[in-house]
Amino acid sequence: MSEAVLDSGAAEAPGKQGLVDDWSRDKQVFGVPWGKAMMWIFLLSDTFIFSCFLVGYMMVRISTTDPWPNPSEVFALEAFGHPVPLLLIAIMTFILITSSGTMALAVNMGYRRDRNKTFWLMVATALLGASFVGMQAFEWSKLISEGVRPWGNPFGAAQFGSSFFMITGFHGLHVSAGVIYLLVIAFRVRRGFYENRPGGYEIVEITGLYWHFVDLVWVFIFAFFYLW
Amino acid sequence: MADDGTQHPLKIYWIMWIALFVLSSFSYATDFMDDGALRTSLILLFMFAKAGGIVWIFMHMGWERWALKLAILGPPVAILVLIGLMSLEGNYIEGSRIDNYGESTMEVATPGHH
Repeated sequence: MSEAVLDSGAAEAPGKQGLVDDWSRDKQVFGVPWGKAMMWIFLLSDTFIFSCFLVGYMMVRISTTDPWPNPSEVFALEAFGHPVPLLLIAIMTFILITSSGTMALAVNMGYRRDRNKTFWLMVATALLGASFVGMQAFEWSKLISEGVRPWGNPFGAAQFGSSFFMITGFHGLHVSAGVIYLLVIAFRVRRGFYENRPGGYEIVEITGLYWHFVDLVWVFIFAFFYLW
Repeated sequence: MADDGTQHPLKIYWIMWIALFVLSSFSYATDFMDDGALRTSLILLFMFAKAGGIVWIFMHMGWERWALKLAILGPPVAILVLIGLMSLEGNYIEGSRIDNYGESTMEVATPGHH
């Protein structure tokens, strides 16, 4: 064992050499805080869960011989006297993007140790998330009142309802959990909980990873379920 | 510190934010196009552009080391295999349903607007 091996982390090579070094030297592989590495690994597992749902949806949509309901009509809302396709879904998309933006700023402010701004940006993110869930609840009640059920609906293939409730429900659950998570961390930031802790404000970035992931999943749901 | 991705100027976040708004508007606009290969490709293009921006900039993946990048972004590639197998299987099931039970005779309602 040479001294240089034990003295890892002092000068880490970039790029391909760095990749080899990180995996083969006698040291911790990921040069990031544990919390962050674990959040990434959790998100990776969540990616597989959402992928299974979306692939399952693809499978039932391909295999059914019944006509698939046209999402652009099913999710249309009346506005200015005309049905506008996917109106609410578009608004929800923009709300989620806006919340991702405020979250990115919160992470930055956290590393600048600006507790007040970090707190308010995280609260804004949580409020946007809560309004997203509220709109989803509205969307669900509208569809349920029109007779859409997990086992059938008047507009076409029965699998439409089960895919819709399963996928958007699981995503909505993630958003709801994220709102609670954000608020817990935001209030801790405000009372200075992280001031003297070893990790400092990394926690804001870790919370941010979860929140951006929720937005990321919505990008795929929007494309595959609502637009396709 | 190994983690050098903590301090960036705010500008990049504003640019990313605006880009996501523009790309989402484009995504939404595809809903007004006629169905076809062009529409499908545009849906996928805007989807991957948005997803890439979120992961690379907002989730800071662009600033991480390759060890983490590959450990997280590598495994999801396996999902492509599942997608491929399930679409083959799905098409086969649809075909055998039509062969055995005939085409669908389902009466469907047009979504109403009140």
